[in-house]
Amino acid sequence: MSSINLLIDIVLLTMLVFTTIAIVRSRSLFAIVMLSGIYSLLSANIFIILDAVDVAFTEAAVGAGISTVLMLATIGITGYEQKKRRTISWIAPMVVVVITGAVLVYGTLDMPAFTDPSAPIHQHVAPRYINDSPTEVGIPNMVTSVLASYRGYDTMGEVIVVFAAMIGVFSLIGIREKKSEPIHAEPPARPILQVMAKFMIPFIILFALYVQFHGDFGPGGGFQAGVIFSVAIILYTLTFSQQDAMKLVPPWVLKRLASIGVLIYGGTGVVSMLKGGNFLDYSVLAHDPIHGQHYGILIIEFGVGLTVACAMMLIFFAFISRGDKNP
Amino acid sequence: MISEHIPALQVVVPLLAAPICFMILNNRMAWLFATLVSWLSFAMAIMLVMEVKDGTVLRYEFGGWAPPWGIEYSVDILNAYVLLIVSGIAAVVFPYSWKSIQKEIPESHYRIYFTAMLLCLAGLLGMTITGDAFNLFVLLEISSLSSYTLISLGRDRRALTASFQYLIMGTIGATFILIGIGLLYALTGTLNMADLAVRIPPLEGSRTLEAAFAFLIVGFGLKLAMFPLHLWLPNAYAFAPSAVSAFIGSTATKVAIYALLRFLFTIFGTKFSFDYMQVHWLLMPLAVVSIMFASIVAVFQDGIKRLLAYSSVAQIGYMLLGISLVNVTGLTGTLLHLFNHALMKGGLFLTLGAVAYQIGNTRVKSVAGLGQAMPFTMGAFVVGALSLIGVPLTVGFISKWYLILATLEKGYWPLTVLILISSLIAVVYTWRIIETAYFQDRPADAPPVSEAPLSLLIPAWTLIAANLYFGINSSLSTELASSAATMLFGGNL
Repeated sequence: MSSINLLIDIVLLTMLVFTTIAIVRSRSLFAIVMLSGIYSLLSANIFIILDAVDVAFTEAAVGAGISTVLMLATIGITGYEQKKRRTISWIAPMVVVVITGAVLVYGTLDMPAFTDPSAPIHQHVAPRYINDSPTEVGIPNMVTSVLASYRGYDTMGEVIVVFAAMIGVFSLIGIREKKSEPIHAEPPARPILQVMAKFMIPFIILFALYVQFHGDFGPGGGFQAGVIFSVAIILYTLTFSQQDAMKLVPPWVLKRLASIGVLIYGGTGVVSMLKGGNFLDYSVLAHDPIHGQHYGILIIEFGVGLTVACAMMLIFFAFISRGDKNP
Repeated sequence: MISEHIPALQVVVPLLAAPICFMILNNRMAWLFATLVSWLSFAMAIMLVMEVKDGTVLRYEFGGWAPPWGIEYSVDILNAYVLLIVSGIAAVVFPYSWKSIQKEIPESHYRIYFTAMLLCLAGLLGMTITGDAFNLFVLLEISSLSSYTLISLGRDRRALTASFQYLIMGTIGATFILIGIGLLYALTGTLNMADLAVRIPPLEGSRTLEAAFAFLIVGFGLKLAMFPLHLWLPNAYAFAPSAVSAFIGSTATKVAIYALLRFLFTIFGTKFSFDYMQVHWLLMPLAVVSIMFASIVAVFQDGIKRLLAYSSVAQIGYMLLGISLVNVTGLTGTLLHLFNHALMKGGLFLTLGAVAYQIGNTRVKSVAGLGQAMPFTMGAFVVGALSLIGVPLTVGFISKWYLILATLEKGYWPLTVLILISSLIAVVYTWRIIETAYFQDRPADAPPVSEAPLSLLIPAWTLIAANLYFGINSSLSTELASSAATMLFGGNL
């Protein structure tokens, strides 16, 4: 590793440590949310240094982006300050944390060195992913090959995790639709913000579509695209009003679409079963296995994007429909 | 043609049924659909057990990619047995749910309930059947998220705190498991369990391997409520809706025990886990403390569900004790207790659901006089309690018998005494309830009660009857458990 990378790593990791300490010490929830966003952005930078651009992109979109927005919507319900609570003993948590840290350090002492080309992680399954995926799966971005095809079943599981999280939010707080009594009786006019938002939203959506369909070639894919797409609607909600946004994308439609996204992914697997392959074996979807892989990945990425976008919008709606405790 | 896909369909059917269920607008239809799916999974589990009973291993490659590059499911006698337990309990609890949730969950949440139940079922089945360590983690996340949702649906507001507590503890557990799997990947370059099993033995002595082992033990320890990591469990079981307590209480911790066994025996291997890491000397004292401590705490509970929850911690102690004896008899005892404990706790929680349906709560005081008013419900409770104690002719006796044999085989007679003493404590805590129900009169000012509806009694009695059936004719469970135990100790069938 070049020394400049090392220097950047040290700086980034140091900043990460300070951010963590600030999060632990702060009592302002607003500051904590912002610091968490910074934490994710720093992590994304570290992933870039590690050449894991796909992971970095996801971390930036999900960790720094949508999570921060959702947490802000949450503290809109709970209030900005942490409640004063009786001091709890810090000894037991400290012991647990120190032991865990010590075991981690102990475990990394003779771990295969990070850039060692002979490490098992580079020698066992990776060579096939690197050498054969362009001919077996046929797309240039090998991360997408692994994610959507070799280990496509895990990715389907992750989409269902998003779906399960959405179900969890609905079980706790549903979306309140008060048609007669709007939450903001008169949506405050914010002409500059509204004009700017209207200007930006088409580009955000365009970018989301680019990320969605460019995932085969560069960093991107359904998860990031879904998040970016939902951000466009969230921006609209924030600058106009929730009523306007829910007229544009009614929750009952989103709920169906979120389910349909999962079913598109799973359905692709079922179709490949019916065509004589194993579950999620895209090769049987077309006469040419490579074409089949292309179609399969395109379709399942669409399912991912659909579910993620709808789930994020719904979760956001659920939070802000609870009203704002902070005047 | 379809039969070769059964291993995949076992999980994919309930997994994809969840979003479909969420789209069904009619509550009753959603329930019928979910019930049908749970029966289908049970049928598939039975088919799988039939196929692997003779020791064959079924493999299924997802996406058509051969392992270790792709994800595979691999069904052997051990996980087919656990699949049977999980889907069997589901097949009883899903039909039961309809009536039970009517008094516990607002009508607007029925669909969410059934969707989350299907997700939880699929997650647990997936964790059990998978042959890929990372896939296990993904399915663990699905089952955990849906269990937090299900527990939070409880009527009491404290269900929210209980669910949150479980969420925090469960997430820490899942993170530890993920760190463990990550370290194993760094060491071996593979996530496939069979492949890991081949590549781990030469690494003995590696500190990274030891750290991975430690993280996995603690992670699964949290998920299976191993003392002292059990603190989330009593509240979670006590405040969840009755049907959820029955389902999660009899399946979730069992699957976590299964995962622990899979890692200890198959992936790390007995040589590393027991000869090198000596993990049984960690498990045994924890098991002993949890059996004694949780049994005693159970005696002093006011709520019956909480009492049974503490009893569950003690029963988990028995299962860990069986593992820590490191012999085939002990492990057979553990595996039998997975099956038997699911039957008894499932049956008892379903019975309590019927009590809650009729009188609105399940405090020990409130069951006074129910022996006469609800003879079938309380009768079921008595049989379940006898099984929990371990009276002959019930399943509880079978697993305790194997555990006692195993302790004697090892010459650890104090452990034999421990099992007997803890069974006596179980007599104490169940007798408190039975005495209140049969020998105390219902307070004069209490509203009259009648017997619970059949739609609750039939599922409850199904599980209770299974306690008797498998207690008398235990050949199916003992055969499966002992061949699974032999297989785990490296004996090929």
